[in-house]
Amino acid sequence: SYISDPRQTIYIIEKGNAVLWGSEISPSPPVPTATGNNAHMMYVFNRNGVCLLYREWNRPLHTLNPQQDHKLMFGLLFSLKSLTAKMDPTNAEKGNLGIPQLPGQGCSFHSFRTNTYKLSFMETPSGIKFILVTNPRTGDLRETLKYIYNLYVEYVAKNPLYTPGTLIRCELFNTALDQYVRSIA
Amino acid sequence: MSIRAYMRKPLYDSRDENSIITVMARKGMLDYGSKGCMDTNDSLRVASLWHSMHAISQQLSPTTGCSEIELLEANTFDLHCFQSLTGTKFFVVCKLGTRHMEALLKVVYKLYIDYVLKNPFYEMKMPIRCEVFDINLTQTVQKDRVALLGR
Repeated sequence: SYISDPRQTIYIIEKGNAVLWGSEISPSPPVPTATGNNAHMMYVFNRNGVCLLYREWNRPLHTLNPQQDHKLMFGLLFSLKSLTAKMDPTNAEKGNLGIPQLPGQGCSFHSFRTNTYKLSFMETPSGIKFILVTNPRTGDLRETLKYIYNLYVEYVAKNPLYTPGTLIRCELFNTALDQYVRSIA
Repeated sequence: MSIRAYMRKPLYDSRDENSIITVMARKGMLDYGSKGCMDTNDSLRVASLWHSMHAISQQLSPTTGCSEIELLEANTFDLHCFQSLTGTKFFVVCKLGTRHMEALLKVVYKLYIDYVLKNPFYEMKMPIRCEVFDINLTQTVQKDRVALLGR
């Protein structure tokens, strides 16, 4: 079934998902250079710390139960952002450690690497945080995360059946995300 | 293009869990002037925060065998960290994209062993006040800078 409105945009509502007809996603994705699954898992949080999405593709080790895992991840990111804002050597004006920073305020980190994984992070101006955990040899994933954010905007934010601040249950978003992540190096 | 590095070394003995004593050795703010400076209390807080973050990042690892955060990339700086077998962590904050920081950290570790640990007057877990260590550290960072930039 479809609904057409006077602005000549057509929404197709199917299986509880609404997709804007004929929309284009920009920026265009980086050229895929590898096949196979390189990503371990992905988290999406909103500004209040609610985990909107958790996708797992390859995670042999589960240390904690899901709720604790999400809380720990959010806490880690909060502390790391606080740390980088404080440690920023180019900025003379720094607040105290632990003050909540607005999105875009102060220096923020975009990735860290350990010997077993690399975590890439992106925060949007609205406070939505995208975290992608991949193998340690992955390159800079900032463009990738921007593309995933655009997928989120198209399939989730523009979905009239989705309530902001709740768990993302959009099948089309999940499918598009899986397909895209499979193609990144 | 210049190396802007300043050394920040929190020393924490991870074997001793009852007394968390963070020891700081701060050295040479090259090029940044006073903008990047932190007072001692803030340094201690940053060091403790960094140590906790190491531990948390190990818990969140998708595979086994995670030991440490090696590199943190931020918008205006990079942070390289090296952890010795005893859990002592050395980290250096440098300009975006600076390479060979891991080698520098290993050299600093050797200096630490030679001038601090082998110093009979140095007490474990106290702040480092060894002049020879400071001199050699400054020299190493200067040499590193010259080697990479030719000035």
